[in-house]
Amino acid sequence: MSTTAVVKKNTYFDSVSLMAISTKANGLDGVAQAFVAMGTEMNKGVLGNLGLLTPELEAAGTGDLMIVAETTDGTDTDAVLAAIEELLVRKAPAGGESAVTYRTIAAAAQDRPDANLAVIAVNGTFAGREARKALENGLNVMLFSDNVPVGEEVALKQLAHDKGLLMMGPDCGTAIINNVGLCFANAVRPGSVGIVAASGTGSQEVSVRVHALGAGISQLIGTGGRDLSEEVGGIMMIDGIRALAADPATSVIVLISKPPAAAVEKKVLAEIATAGKPVVVWFVGGSEEAVVAAGGHFATGSEDAAVQAVRLGTELEAVAGELDTARIDAVVAKLGAEQRYVRGLFCGGTLTDEAMYALLEDTSDVWSNIQKNPDRKLSADSPSTGHTFLDFGDDEFTNGRPHPMIDPSLRLARLVEEARDPEVAVIVMDFILGFGAHEDPVGVTLPAIAEARQIAADAGRHLEIVGYVLGTDRDAPVLADQIAALEAAGVTVTASSTETGQYARAIARKVTNA
Amino acid sequence: MSTTNSLFSSDLNVVNVGLAMFEDDIAAQGAEVTTLDWTPPAGGKPEVLAALDALGDLEVAQKIEAANAEAVERIANSQPMLVGFGRALDVVPGMTPTTILHSGPPITWDRMNGPMQGAVTGALVFEGLAKDLDEAAALAASGEITFSPCHEHDAVGSMAGVTSASMYMHIVRNETHGNYAYTNLSEQMAKILRMGANDGSVVERLVWMRDVLGPMLKEAMEIGGPIDLRLMLAQALHMGDECHNRNNAGTLLLQQALAPSLLQTSFTTEQKKQVFDFIASSDYFSGPTWMATAKAALDAAHGIENSTVVTTMARNGVEFGIRVSGLAGNQWFTGPAGTVVGPMFAGYKPEDSGRDIGDSAITETYGFGGFTMSAAPAIVALVGGTVQEAMAYTREMGEITTSQNPNVTIPALDFQGIPTGIDVRKVLDTGILPIINTAIAHKDAGIGMIGAGVVNPPVEAFEKAAAALAEVIG
Repeated sequence: MSTTAVVKKNTYFDSVSLMAISTKANGLDGVAQAFVAMGTEMNKGVLGNLGLLTPELEAAGTGDLMIVAETTDGTDTDAVLAAIEELLVRKAPAGGESAVTYRTIAAAAQDRPDANLAVIAVNGTFAGREARKALENGLNVMLFSDNVPVGEEVALKQLAHDKGLLMMGPDCGTAIINNVGLCFANAVRPGSVGIVAASGTGSQEVSVRVHALGAGISQLIGTGGRDLSEEVGGIMMIDGIRALAADPATSVIVLISKPPAAAVEKKVLAEIATAGKPVVVWFVGGSEEAVVAAGGHFATGSEDAAVQAVRLGTELEAVAGELDTARIDAVVAKLGAEQRYVRGLFCGGTLTDEAMYALLEDTSDVWSNIQKNPDRKLSADSPSTGHTFLDFGDDEFTNGRPHPMIDPSLRLARLVEEARDPEVAVIVMDFILGFGAHEDPVGVTLPAIAEARQIAADAGRHLEIVGYVLGTDRDAPVLADQIAALEAAGVTVTASSTETGQYARAIARKVTNA
Repeated sequence: MSTTNSLFSSDLNVVNVGLAMFEDDIAAQGAEVTTLDWTPPAGGKPEVLAALDALGDLEVAQKIEAANAEAVERIANSQPMLVGFGRALDVVPGMTPTTILHSGPPITWDRMNGPMQGAVTGALVFEGLAKDLDEAAALAASGEITFSPCHEHDAVGSMAGVTSASMYMHIVRNETHGNYAYTNLSEQMAKILRMGANDGSVVERLVWMRDVLGPMLKEAMEIGGPIDLRLMLAQALHMGDECHNRNNAGTLLLQQALAPSLLQTSFTTEQKKQVFDFIASSDYFSGPTWMATAKAALDAAHGIENSTVVTTMARNGVEFGIRVSGLAGNQWFTGPAGTVVGPMFAGYKPEDSGRDIGDSAITETYGFGGFTMSAAPAIVALVGGTVQEAMAYTREMGEITTSQNPNVTIPALDFQGIPTGIDVRKVLDTGILPIINTAIAHKDAGIGMIGAGVVNPPVEAFEKAAAALAEVIG
């Protein structure tokens, strides 16, 4: 143990600062005890009691600063003194103005009178509470969280309805409000196509197709997946239709959902008559009759919905893509006799649905974790069988882990597993770009694709892998690069969700009939 | 849907809650966005959430809002006046020759911590009830001494808060509501009774305070008449005090007001010089004065039906207790007293610290002290921080309070009123605990003050209060 003392003449610090500095100095490496104080009689008395008073310190006056450090053996005392002197130098706070952060929605709303929308993504136990606070403070709500009880959802939507606010969600992953994409959304041009959707990836796909056709989006209002259920009764979709009907920037309205409860469908379609604008309806696997009877335009799929909306709402020519049948024949020729089944490994729920419904037109023998038919429902941990379509974004897969659009690990493992199955003819996958999604969804999948193809090649099989990249030329990462990377890896790239389903169905027809 | 269409015609301005990753995407698209520093309300505890939800029910919430508005109105419009000084036995309600008042919620002798036991034994020697500290300890344990919280006698006590019959007290009258508040005199220095010190020098000073300082102050007040303490408090805040740990300005103002009268008292010049020297020996002289000021105002706001405003925060060195306006009388809600974090005198280490103690958190309950760090940039070192951070503390306390007191303002925040009326609901909703500036006493009896710093109350106290409120109001 050794003691070092320095007196800095005519250097003043207030006692509170010095106590703080001494406390910090005590924490320096090698310091047993540090004492930084003005040379007052009282302080010198304390040093005397501690046996640390040297003649030099004794001579210090009340305007002189005393630095005394008792250090452990082997410590560089010069370094310690330098470190203590460093503590005396005041540093201006970095960054200049400090950003204000709030703890509660109420505090933020009070302090920011221009705030008009809350994006809420907290645990379902607290989500309803936060959404209510937002509505009570006059904010529109996009509620990303799921696991909110349905009774709470109804109460929130009723409250929002009464206040004239949007209550998007719970479980709402996609919206575009005033040309700003929220959560999972794509960068699309502003335009006159308005969308109200109970389906996240379905609405992403339609918005992307509208953009690809040269048109743009006025608003994309998400409702959450349960809005068209019997219990909720389509409160948000009906309010959304009315809001877009009143919006001068919207010339055509597109409604997107899985097939709603019959009574709710009727209520929602009844809004078409008073909308005063053409309304295109794509209820995946829904019936044309009801839509047409209500005065709506029935869409058979996502691409059809986009094409019809652009035709009805803009001056642009819009044409649907055509399936290249020659390409399919070439693929089928390479397949072995055993290879008879399609396996779909999807991130997007509605993309899964659209591809699966394409096959269901031919056969009811399609297995899925999101199948409505209980006889063909496959749990997440069961191996695939026959034609299988898996939605990795469904609760059973996401329980306790991020959405596959962010964390692809489960899907990568499944891809390799499917490649080992000699009955598999084609594996269909989606890759979703845009806000909120993985920064390089294709890149992160390429090693698994290579492994899968190698497994099939080693077994003497051709494995057809089909990929669809959902994105626009404005999204990050670059759409063309993602497509090029897939093609370079030997993946067949489709041009839309609709075409993806058609392609899978066309192959399935050939191999099952072969 | 007129509101929705006004959304469509304005710039999107987002409050982002929960997932920070969404902020970057929204900001990159040119929209305004702020991400909350969000934590689950009520610490995510279901029973506390249930209580909060019961208190959040629309009709109930309206009753609470009205009651809380009245509570903060009563706090803000209170005009505490210093009207005199007198012996505790003569002025404090319920005081007896064998009563010892202490800080914080009720506590028995055997559970008191080192500094409080040290102060009790010192006080018993001072009162002549015991000849030495050992005899005093035996007496304290005998059951012959009545221990009671200052707060239950219209009084407050700094640190151990130990107040015995012949100690001189401030007498503060709330002109607006007619109630009184009392508190002891500052002992100045570090080695003092309220910090747990109790040797001969400590008792000797108490004797001088009883025989000279107290009577001289009493006489001076009789000569000079009442002093408006709220006005003086507001001035001190404008002069760089937060009136809990920094009292430089407040002490000068109080001395300035008292000096002419002190000079006119019947005491000798030597005694008057002793008093002036004593006042000059520590900036803390006016510290207790502001505590009594706050106590007088807050007692006037206690017992308002349906109010969730906190009217007392006090610690006895073992437990931290709060009282809430809507739960009348002496209902305490407690949790373990915390450890004060801050700079310490040379030669002492954090493990030497006694736990959080004293009624001085009445200042934060009123809205100054830690709540008003932004008025006292000179002592931001206490919180180890920058002036910017001091500003943030006051803003943050605004999130857990009901409104601002227009009579006491902060220059650096464009004369914003101090945050007033801590709301039990808001504390639990936000997870923000009140911040309290305070001193650190050594954990053992007989030593005294060893540092200063900041501390928070235990959240349990607020959780228990919320449950009780939900039962009464919800």
